[in-house]
Amino acid sequence: MAVQKQNDYETKAERIKAKVGRIFVYFGLFLWALIVLFPFYWMLLSSVKSYAAYNGEFTPKFFTLSPTMQNYLDAFTSVPLGRYLLNTFIFTVLTTGLMLIVIIFAAFAFARLDFKGKDIVFTLFLSLMMIPNELVVITNFVTITNAGLRNTFAGLILPSVTSVFYIYLLRENFAQVPDDIYYAAKVDGTSDFRYLFKMLIPICRPTLVTIIILKVIECWNSYVWPRLITDDQNYFLVSNGIQEIRENGFGRENVPAMMAAVVIISLPLIVLFLIFRKKIMAGVARGGTKG
Amino acid sequence: MKKNNLKAWLYLIPAFIFLGVFMVYPLIDVLVYSFEEGYNFASQTSFGTGAYNYRYVLRDPYFLQALKNTFILVAITVPVSTGLALLISLGLNSIEKLRDLFQTVYFLPYVTNTLAVGLVFMILFKKTAYTDGLVNLLIKLFGGEAVDFITGPYWAKMFVLCFYTVWIVLPFKILIFTSALASVNKVYYSAARVDGTSKFRMFRTITLPMISPMIFYLVITGFIGAFKAYSDSVALFGVDLNAAGMNTIVGYVYDMLYGDSGGYPSYAAAAAIILFIIVLTITCINLLVSRKHVYY
Amino acid sequence: MQIRLEHLTKRFPNRNKKIKEDVIAVNDFDLTLPDGKLIGLLGPSGCGKSTALNLICGLLEPSSGRIFFDDDDVTSIPAERRGVGLVFQSYALYPHLTVERNIRYPLENLKGDKKLTKEQMKEKVLQAAKLVQIDELLERKPNELSGGQQQRVAIARALVKTPRVLLLDEPLSNLDARLRLQTREEIRRIQKETGITTIFVTHDQDEAMSISDTIIVMNAGVIQQVDKPQDVYDNPVNLFVAKFLGTPAINVFDGKVEDGVLYIGKDAVLKLSGIGNRPVKVGIRPEGFNPEENGPFVCDLDRVEVMCRDISVVSRHEGSETDIIRSIITSEHAKKMKGEKVRFSLKPEKVHIFDKETGERLYFETV
Repeated sequence: MAVQKQNDYETKAERIKAKVGRIFVYFGLFLWALIVLFPFYWMLLSSVKSYAAYNGEFTPKFFTLSPTMQNYLDAFTSVPLGRYLLNTFIFTVLTTGLMLIVIIFAAFAFARLDFKGKDIVFTLFLSLMMIPNELVVITNFVTITNAGLRNTFAGLILPSVTSVFYIYLLRENFAQVPDDIYYAAKVDGTSDFRYLFKMLIPICRPTLVTIIILKVIECWNSYVWPRLITDDQNYFLVSNGIQEIRENGFGRENVPAMMAAVVIISLPLIVLFLIFRKKIMAGVARGGTKG
Repeated sequence: MKKNNLKAWLYLIPAFIFLGVFMVYPLIDVLVYSFEEGYNFASQTSFGTGAYNYRYVLRDPYFLQALKNTFILVAITVPVSTGLALLISLGLNSIEKLRDLFQTVYFLPYVTNTLAVGLVFMILFKKTAYTDGLVNLLIKLFGGEAVDFITGPYWAKMFVLCFYTVWIVLPFKILIFTSALASVNKVYYSAARVDGTSKFRMFRTITLPMISPMIFYLVITGFIGAFKAYSDSVALFGVDLNAAGMNTIVGYVYDMLYGDSGGYPSYAAAAAIILFIIVLTITCINLLVSRKHVYY
Repeated sequence: MQIRLEHLTKRFPNRNKKIKEDVIAVNDFDLTLPDGKLIGLLGPSGCGKSTALNLICGLLEPSSGRIFFDDDDVTSIPAERRGVGLVFQSYALYPHLTVERNIRYPLENLKGDKKLTKEQMKEKVLQAAKLVQIDELLERKPNELSGGQQQRVAIARALVKTPRVLLLDEPLSNLDARLRLQTREEIRRIQKETGITTIFVTHDQDEAMSISDTIIVMNAGVIQQVDKPQDVYDNPVNLFVAKFLGTPAINVFDGKVEDGVLYIGKDAVLKLSGIGNRPVKVGIRPEGFNPEENGPFVCDLDRVEVMCRDISVVSRHEGSETDIIRSIITSEHAKKMKGEKVRFSLKPEKVHIFDKETGERLYFETV
């Protein structure tokens, strides 16, 4: 009996301790959530304040009673934000699409076909993964400039339609599909090409979705290369657009209008994320690295 | 199966062309650039070959400033972000209610445009004639002195840069840690509890060794990523980073290449190669250390 | 359809790169497989039987030799145009397709005048599904099926285009024991119903013995014997075949023939003619032992095991290759099993004598 009682006592103390601990944990998690969310809240809030109201607040208010959509109108009319968005959309779709074609074929060759020197080629290929983009960007800049492709979509897109890492990722996935499936498809009358499209691609769809997600995020946010290769506003992507807006859009210090532009630019990916939350998070965790 | 040499190469051609033109050739070319002295972009001529470009870059005060900034940024953000991510993931792992919600919220910065949200951070931290900005109000509330974080003293600017960088890189690290923690077999914990192990000891002797490969993976990629910092800085301080004194090595490369002070691909190449050597060295050191401490 | 193999040989480079010599997986196969029969290709694992199967279906190209389907030389026709049906050991169902799409897939690949309309395909799929009794499962995905069901889908998929030959690679090895018995009857039934020449590869003699019309026993790339199941058991051509078939396994002894008498150890167990004086290997089937009070073959009794109807006597003898001798006797003899010794006379038709070196069968007549 005595032992029993002591146990009770211990669990009670432990229970209190655990409860206090949990409160701390929740508090900490809540605090970080606040830090993450606050900038988003702030940009939304500022974007619906009028120019006058915003600049009149020496101490910023945490809410507004007279929201206005004027800033969103301004964002589309006084700077070519629509153009930036369209450019980015075109850039993202074309880059991702072209990249998929290139990497699917390459991954297929490495995973399924047998050819002379395959091992050595693949090893060389993998070693390219170590090369940072910063190292090659200089020559690429010169190449594209000399080819007269500055301020064109071709110039924007071409250097980023291959990714050694994605080819590697896809090849690993292709190679995981059992040989028997390949042989079965052969016996059932399939050519290599048809096997790729009828079997491998559908079976490896999760990996392809991962790659598409990662590439779309990368494209939507790309800044450095577009900045180097475009100086004509007609070819600016959103990142360059926002920088342009900051430096000389809207006249001086029209923060609410800037914030409206920021909201518009951030929205597509956030909406995409909220819809495909599980897929995207699983994809990023699988995909490993960013960029 | 038969060897299908021709067919295989057909499948590989697109990838090889793009990689050849935009990766292999540039790799060789950048080395050439970095040793060509006095290369003129307009006439595409140079005086001769030698290490002059490296000497120039290493003496350039802007480069030294960028080097210093980058090293400070790396030294602060890598340990802070890794530690914070681990702490948050442990917290997430220990709760059940609201876990999904927290995870979703924490991931948001990953899908945002660095440049766009940087602008919001700038507004929050900036002190102007019209307003002290939100952060300064908070500081004053606790009895501090208002500081201009964007155009003010160096330490303040560095603080914002580090803060923003951590904010940006944390989602990925939290995600990796939470999935690593979730994959630790619960049996170990049960066994440890039966043995009467304390919570802290469990963490030190079970959790930490089990997720140590992930920790090192994140440290290595964190180092590499932080050394390449650039757009966060642009987002906060604008494109003229040299004037703001907040340039990074990558920023220096791009500035040398293009922009108001650009047109010197040779210097850019030399700086890029110096960066590559630094990153390679640090990564090798990391790998050596990890071999001693990581349980695979 | 008749399948004719002419000097079919397949060599692989040795996996151990230091050894230059090729591995010969299939060595000079030269035989004709009868039309419309169920043929079991039996051998221990690694003996090259799967390689042989892959040569017939065209997934591998032979190093030399030819393959004929009836009078067509199909040697260099690739698998996708050879018109064979193959059921894989792993079933290899397409994981992303429903059962119906899986079965329909081979039909979708038909080209030219063989091309089918949607309705024809549907009809054929249903027919094949009904044959293997899975017409209820057409909408499921493979991972929603049990092992036995997956097996049936794989067979339906192989049958749907009415192949010239149906090949099954270890079709039962992934099933549990009860299902295995059921499925092998099923395979038998399907083969009889369709009349398609069927070859199935197995390492399990029970499987091969129970349903095949003809058994091909192979070892180390070489065909050992081709015969009806019972004939292979009753008349093994060499020691390998004798040892490989039968449970419990045949008992093997070192013996010698001297002046028309077969000796095992010191015991003169059998009088015979047709074999001269020489050392031999003697194989005695477990059912070849007759307990007899004055039997010539004297063994040390170890124990008596009763398993259902069978009574199995475990004993020892100095001449035995293995530690124990296992013999199966009828129950009326069981009471004689007492004491330390047990004496047997041998049934001559259950005794096979082999060359000591080559293992080739030596034929004899009893006197």
